[in-house]
Amino acid sequence: MNYLLRRLATFPLVLLGVSILVFVAIRMVPGDSITAMLGTEAGLLTPAQRDALAAYFGIDQPWFVQYWRWIGGILHGNFGISVTYGRPVLDVILERFPLTLELAILSMIIALAVGLPAGIYAATHSEKPSDLGVRIVAMIGQSTPSFVLGLLIIYTLSAGFGVLPAMGEFAPLWQDPLRNLSQLILPAITLGFAFAASVTRIARSAMLDVLSDDYVRTARSKGASARSVIWRHALPNALIPVVTLGGIEFGYLLGGAVIVEQIYALPGLGRMVLDAILQRDYALVQGAVLFIAFNFMIVNLLVDLAYVALDPRIRLGEQ
Amino acid sequence: MTPLLSVRDLRVGFGRDPRANEVVRGVSFDLADGETLAIVGESGSGKSVTALSINRLIDFGGGRITGGSIALKRANAAVLDLASAREPQLTGIRGAEIGMIFQEPMTSLNPVLTIGTQIEESFRLHRGLTGRQATAAARDALDRVRIPDAARRLKYTPNQLSGGMLQRVMIAIALACNPRLLIADEPTTALDVTVQAQIMALLAELKRETGMSVIFITHDIGLVAGIADRVMVMQNGQAVEQGELNQILDHPSHPYTQHLLHAVPHFANGRAARADGQRDKDAGTKPALEVDGLVVRFPLKSGFFSHATGAVHAVDGVDFDLMPGETLAIVGESGSGKSTTAKAVLGLVRSTRGSFSVGAAAASAARSARPVQMVFQNPYASLNPRLTIESILAEPVIATGGRVNAETQARMASLLERVGLPRTSLARYPHEFSGGQRQRLCIARALMLNPSVVVLDEAVSALDVSVQAMVLDLLVDLQREFGLAYLFISHDMAVVERIAHRIAVIYAGQIVEIGDAASVLSKPKHSYTKKLIAAVPTIDRRREHFELDTRQIPSLVRPPGFEPAPARWEQFGRDHMARVEA
Repeated sequence: MNYLLRRLATFPLVLLGVSILVFVAIRMVPGDSITAMLGTEAGLLTPAQRDALAAYFGIDQPWFVQYWRWIGGILHGNFGISVTYGRPVLDVILERFPLTLELAILSMIIALAVGLPAGIYAATHSEKPSDLGVRIVAMIGQSTPSFVLGLLIIYTLSAGFGVLPAMGEFAPLWQDPLRNLSQLILPAITLGFAFAASVTRIARSAMLDVLSDDYVRTARSKGASARSVIWRHALPNALIPVVTLGGIEFGYLLGGAVIVEQIYALPGLGRMVLDAILQRDYALVQGAVLFIAFNFMIVNLLVDLAYVALDPRIRLGEQ
Repeated sequence: MTPLLSVRDLRVGFGRDPRANEVVRGVSFDLADGETLAIVGESGSGKSVTALSINRLIDFGGGRITGGSIALKRANAAVLDLASAREPQLTGIRGAEIGMIFQEPMTSLNPVLTIGTQIEESFRLHRGLTGRQATAAARDALDRVRIPDAARRLKYTPNQLSGGMLQRVMIAIALACNPRLLIADEPTTALDVTVQAQIMALLAELKRETGMSVIFITHDIGLVAGIADRVMVMQNGQAVEQGELNQILDHPSHPYTQHLLHAVPHFANGRAARADGQRDKDAGTKPALEVDGLVVRFPLKSGFFSHATGAVHAVDGVDFDLMPGETLAIVGESGSGKSTTAKAVLGLVRSTRGSFSVGAAAASAARSARPVQMVFQNPYASLNPRLTIESILAEPVIATGGRVNAETQARMASLLERVGLPRTSLARYPHEFSGGQRQRLCIARALMLNPSVVVLDEAVSALDVSVQAMVLDLLVDLQREFGLAYLFISHDMAVVERIAHRIAVIYAGQIVEIGDAASVLSKPKHSYTKKLIAAVPTIDRRREHFELDTRQIPSLVRPPGFEPAPARWEQFGRDHMARVEA
């Protein structure tokens, strides 16, 4: 409990650091939101008009004044207005987030459901042809870019079976679960494949390590069956690296998957952030980055709590 | 009557071609009901592989039985050849008819499961017990190995128990289903000597209670004397000699058995203590090292603002001095503070209080400015595998700002020769050397700077017994030649007896007894020293009943600001004193 509080107390500090970093970084990109919004027509603005617009967006002030205003707003729950959407930043983000979260969860389920058994299988059949097969597939999975795999899936489905992936207007889960799933399953497989490949590789090596540990030998000396040795004695000890990897990958996925969203035409966080950067939509980029950083910290915290649940030797917060 | 176990011409190999790579080469022995067979040998002799072949755990370690038979008489008097039995049959035998305990209790229990769960598993597997019945059985099993407060301890995970406790849990698991054969693979090697005595006593008692047969694997022929009926000595995968205990110990016929019995250090109650170099304070030589009132505490912090809640008093007021050419052995058990003392002398941990003086000038003008060097326990881990021996030996010179010149080169060559390694070793890497050779390299490295004091922290503990003897001889020779003062940290009384002039016994962070080695070992005064010496197994004390003593070392955690009472000492003889006990 104490640990949890101390850990949560570090969140504002990290977010402060992230906010300064993103604030400065995005302003180092050449161009400004007025030019980005109006395109070539920006050249037609009179200096007076331009100044008026700059004042309207608040970008006429020095950067530290802008930063101060922005941070002050956030402390009051106001993340600013998106220039592109003309709506509050938080609304835009929260509208996109469910899809990203769902996609991340689906990919992780696929990754664990495929990767863990495959890794365990490879470890228990190590140096046999089947182990080699699993390792080759995992290697391919890790090294295939997601756009190649995504396009391959779409191509195979449409050219081979005449089925088109469900596109069109995105249906939220709570409105039309079936349609929602049919829209997300292919992107989830595309993302989950590479994810599963890394889980397989890490699960295999962790299991191989653990299987040569002394307590596994003890379990065998008790007369435990091969199945019990693997699932009861070895696996819980091998899960820590898998949880570490899963947490990191999941955290990344919560930041959106630009390429897969693009291929499957999904309105996720990734594309939103990309568009916002291209449009110099400062408020939206800043808000989104803070939001993603916050999620990442939550995931890391959950990973640490999972360690404690998995291994009684790990005591959080002790020095 | 058919023996319980009859092994004939057992051959075990490893790797892709097991027949070409045999580690056990034709071992035969019989084990009668209720008999204890000790298998004695050094690492690589094939003793553990032989044991692991009996319950076929060797299959999981990459080994294959390439020939011979292992006939086990089962409970229903049917005889089964374990060498050719199939895995499902074997899982029914492991744990139920053959129990096994291992060397490292700390790593042999699953760290993520409670010990209750791990004991219950045996009952679930072989007795079909579940739920409360299994828990009750597990509690009884813990009671049986004399673990107090068994019901509560069932919920502990292995990290919450000491090594000795864990080994008792291992015994509880191994004996859960009353196997008729217990295989104990070096079960006390990783434990302190007093804990070893407890475990040996427990095993002897349980053996009397159950009438089981035991195969006891050890490298310590002294330990065998207390427990075995018969002894089999192994070397290079073959049984070089086997027979009744008394016959083997008193009339060994094979040269290797004779070597094991006579050439390696055995504890002899001070009779084998060194007689050279009696200390003579009046001669006016200044000590090479003086330690006065050394205190090392590690503060404990907790809570939101990390305030101090106490301190671990690792070393609590230690004084001693060390003359040139003299060995002071600091003996004690794990957690007693002996290694912390050594580290404080080396400056590797910061001492809370106390002073040192290193009498460099007193010894000779040629001494370097950094007169204290060290040799550590594990020769495999204390040499950087990526450096050549030349770089390793040059390291101390470079670290102290020196230059590697012709003089350094000459010193390297002469030291290598002195520790018994060829000059060509300089271009080689550590992995090309054996454990004993590596420790010789560590010694050579320690001598590169021409120190006056060498701290040897369990320096021979990781070595095989016969290698131990040779390294000890080397250390004694080097001491005479260079007038070195040794601070020799060890838990092994037999080794200490061979090398020490003086002994300091350390217990719970304090020296409880210090003095002339022969006097301390033959006439211990402090109750802890007596207990420690009584726990050392020797060939002389054959079939001695170890007393079961389950007292624990007191906690070293003290409240903030705690100061121990000043020590009062009682003097016995010219150079021997013990702390007065409260």
